[in-house]
Amino acid sequence: MTPSTPSTPTIPGCTNPPADTRDGAGPGAANGTGTANGELPVLKERGQREVFCGLTGIIWLHRKMQDAFFLIIGSRTCAHLMQSAAGVMIFAEPRFGTAIIEEKDLAGMADANEELDRVVTRLLERRPEIRTLFLVGSCPSEVIKLDLARAAQRLDAEAGGEVRVLSYSGSGIETTFTQGEDTCLTSMVPHMPPHAGADHSASRPGGTNGSAAARQAEPGTAAAPPTSLLVVGTIADVVEDQFQRIFGELGVGPVHFFPPRRSAELPPIGPGTRMLMAQPWVNDTMAALTQRGCERIDAPFPFGVEGTTEWLVAAAAEWGIGRERVMEVTAAARERGRKAVARHRATLEDRSIFFFPDSQIEIPLARFLGRELGMRLLEVGTPFLHRGHMARELALLPGTPRLSEGQDVDRQLDRCRADQPDLVVCGLGLANPLEAEGLSTKWAIELVFTPIHGYEQAGDLAELFARPLVRRELLEV
Amino acid sequence: MELTIWTYEGPPHVGAMRIATAMKGVHYVLHAPQGDTYADLLFTMIERRDHRPPVTYTTFQAQDLGGDTAELLKTAVREAHERFKPDVMLVGASCTAELIQDNPGGLAESLGLPIPVVPLELPAYQRKENWGASETFYQLVRALAAPHAPPPAEPRPERPAGQAPSCNLLGPTALGFRHRDDTAEIRRLLEAVGVEVRVVAPLGATAHDLARLGEADFNVVLYPEVAHAAASWLKRTFKQPMVTTVPIGVGATRDFLREVAVVAGLEADSLVERMHTQLPWYSRSVDSNYLTGKRVFIFGDATHAVAAARVARDEMGFEVVGLGAYNREFAREVRAAAKEYGVEPLITDDYLEVEEAIREAAPELILGTQMERHIAKRLGIFCQVISAPVHVQDFPARYSPLMGPEGANVLFDSWVHPLMMGLEEHLLGMFQEDFEFGNDTLPSHLRAEVPNDPATANGGSPAGSAPVIPAAEPGASADSAVPASALAAEPDGDIDPEWNAEAEKELGKIPFFVRGKARRNTERFAREQGVVEISVDTLYEAKAHFGGR
Ligand code: SF4
Ligand code: SF4
Repeated sequence: MTPSTPSTPTIPGCTNPPADTRDGAGPGAANGTGTANGELPVLKERGQREVFCGLTGIIWLHRKMQDAFFLIIGSRTCAHLMQSAAGVMIFAEPRFGTAIIEEKDLAGMADANEELDRVVTRLLERRPEIRTLFLVGSCPSEVIKLDLARAAQRLDAEAGGEVRVLSYSGSGIETTFTQGEDTCLTSMVPHMPPHAGADHSASRPGGTNGSAAARQAEPGTAAAPPTSLLVVGTIADVVEDQFQRIFGELGVGPVHFFPPRRSAELPPIGPGTRMLMAQPWVNDTMAALTQRGCERIDAPFPFGVEGTTEWLVAAAAEWGIGRERVMEVTAAARERGRKAVARHRATLEDRSIFFFPDSQIEIPLARFLGRELGMRLLEVGTPFLHRGHMARELALLPGTPRLSEGQDVDRQLDRCRADQPDLVVCGLGLANPLEAEGLSTKWAIELVFTPIHGYEQAGDLAELFARPLVRRELLEV
Repeated sequence: MELTIWTYEGPPHVGAMRIATAMKGVHYVLHAPQGDTYADLLFTMIERRDHRPPVTYTTFQAQDLGGDTAELLKTAVREAHERFKPDVMLVGASCTAELIQDNPGGLAESLGLPIPVVPLELPAYQRKENWGASETFYQLVRALAAPHAPPPAEPRPERPAGQAPSCNLLGPTALGFRHRDDTAEIRRLLEAVGVEVRVVAPLGATAHDLARLGEADFNVVLYPEVAHAAASWLKRTFKQPMVTTVPIGVGATRDFLREVAVVAGLEADSLVERMHTQLPWYSRSVDSNYLTGKRVFIFGDATHAVAAARVARDEMGFEVVGLGAYNREFAREVRAAAKEYGVEPLITDDYLEVEEAIREAAPELILGTQMERHIAKRLGIFCQVISAPVHVQDFPARYSPLMGPEGANVLFDSWVHPLMMGLEEHLLGMFQEDFEFGNDTLPSHLRAEVPNDPATANGGSPAGSAPVIPAAEPGASADSAVPASALAAEPDGDIDPEWNAEAEKELGKIPFFVRGKARRNTERFAREQGVVEISVDTLYEAKAHFGGR
């Protein structure tokens, strides 16, 4: 295996940039400036990055899919990262672990494969409840070119259908934080069953005869009528249920969520499947699903009242349901959300905010804070900017914030200090040092680990940003 | 390949970071991928440091691998030197960079920086954190102190008459268990008996301080895991004697003072007499009778485990039923001690093996690390942390050393306290019907947790999983300790609103530690609004009404 994530397939009409430009510039290239959608300039940075690697995604993925086990093939560093990031050790035997590569494994490849088989066999014996085993690649496994894809195929065949064995990369040389979910979901796409009535020829991976692709290639071709909705990206179960109820009332459906709560129950897909992104980081997954004939619904992300409404409206339109009906069905929830958000407006209005890059959620959240709470956006950093999927968000972004992609952490800290924002959104390594310098901070990671989608959580989302400011005013020490 | 779920030690470069972060004017350039920057949060979050660790990571990516990762490293070294202007630079690789063999140390040296550059070779696939800390400290000491070394044959000059004896305190690092307070306590103790403390290192030391280590009359090795190698080199090079008794507990602190007296040329008995601590009397007072023979299981780094065993048996009157350590480098010391206490030594870094051993030994108290605290919770046993690895709560705001006279007081209080609380256990047994003692409720000092149902405890995720990162432990909030059913039965004058099935289900998805509050608030809201049947909508109306959480 090449040390790479399942690379982005080329799709006719795809607005996704090729995978190898995800960091904007080639090796050694200087930092530069480009533009997002020909409008806001984008500061592209290529220096020291202070971000997690994709392994960290396991922390929520293993909770979402409770019949799956995530086996990292890595080093002591990887194991230590998981332990430090997962923090809580309530469970003696969590549904993830690390097969730590040792000196003797580095001696020869045959050994490493045998060792892997041994570890997996023991694990499966010990944990018979596992339905999907993910072999998760790390920097060390990729640098020594341990072929996890082949190993997964072999182990999958040996498991005889009891357990599905998949592989994906969570390495820091390939993935940044939430991209680990993207590569994980991408690895599952080929195993999603075609939905009843789906044109089987369209579901052949790598085929170019998917109807969506075909339609994009030949504008004017009629869309397949929607047969189901797929919401892509991990969200809390409670939020799923809220959305499910709204879709139900609207008559949009059937609705499936991906990833599902049980990894063994993958939702059916095919032409006619419409996709809504629930999280902004599932870019490769969207490309893989598009190859299976699914079509993305262009929408902003469901953060805040406005984002949620536009997200629902976009989905409803595919089912021929108008905006008025969406407004009718969501009236009470929207009003609740609006009130809950308004409660924090006094704290946040006209305050300035600076985002360090973390999860790719930065732009949608900046849009929410700017438009629904009146915050002033100074810098919005993102580890990776997918122009196609972010187009609607960028168009809504108020003011002229500095957009930055990638990172050079020391330079960014210089800019941040010069800006003196009222609130800084940053990782855990930077938060206390910035607080000590007198800045207020919000841990970025909480935005990934807290239910913040939809109407009922809009107030909670605003509160996450208000709390550090309220606290600062409260304290008299 | 070894399947690992939880680890006691990080990789060796984290040990190097503990040295660099502890010192002043040191910068560490680490050839490593971006994800390795997680290590910063150990220092900024667990230890609450107000500065970033002085580490520059090269954060090379896959696309750089074919190209010039070496150039990336040189740029990082050059820029770090310009920006941070350190007095000395450490340069090394993490596990991934070790595989690509760029020779970071050599590359950095080739730049000809005007400061000392210390290359670090820390084999990530063989060694671990403590070894990395020890090796880094040793390399730094060597690099900076060697230029001041006397000719090998020259005997150490006598201390001039009238000059107070002096020493260095070696070993305290960043992220060490109680290192900050231990160091203050031992400094105070030594100064009280007339010994001058010249340099404390690495904690708070500068490159200049390391250069003058040889000036003191002797070295005190507070933490052998970190400082033994450096102190041995100093002994060979500067002929400085080393004091190796680790002063944890009354007996060991007395032994420590006796050892200091010998190398400092002081009178031992008067030193020991001047030491005051409450432990001996507290342990002899009649109320401590019930401590007799309490079964205690001890696990940690070798130094802390061995020291704790002595205190437990000789100064508390406990029975040591298990003794072990995770750092093999010091297995010999643990084996010797285990023999003395008549137990099988447990030398392992396999967490599940430790849990199994504890289960079998059925102790009443565990003295362990952050990891054993979790084992203890699951098994419902009392636990005190005596050793790294540590958690944010192991860095108390108050002065809380383990070493010296005050350390002995701290040990008495912290080990005995949970056992005294043990009386509550009987009450719990007697009054099981009291709703506060509901089935999943542990005694209040054991901090409640709901280990059996991840689904309801976490409401799926990413959300809901307890707020991450070190600071996060599922809270022992009052709400979690009170079963919902008990609350529902609370007498109330008004008609009680009923929960419909869907709403009840929805409530179950709310994280357990706020569920009680959500239920109360919703019912209050329903009563106020005259709602008789609580629906999912009522739940969220109430949530909106009360402002969220
Ligand atoms: S959904 Fe994304 S990846 Fe797929 S075709 Fe559209 S832009 Fe490209
Ligand atoms: S960056 Fe690479 S080596 Fe470091 S923890 Fe992540 S996968 Fe492991």
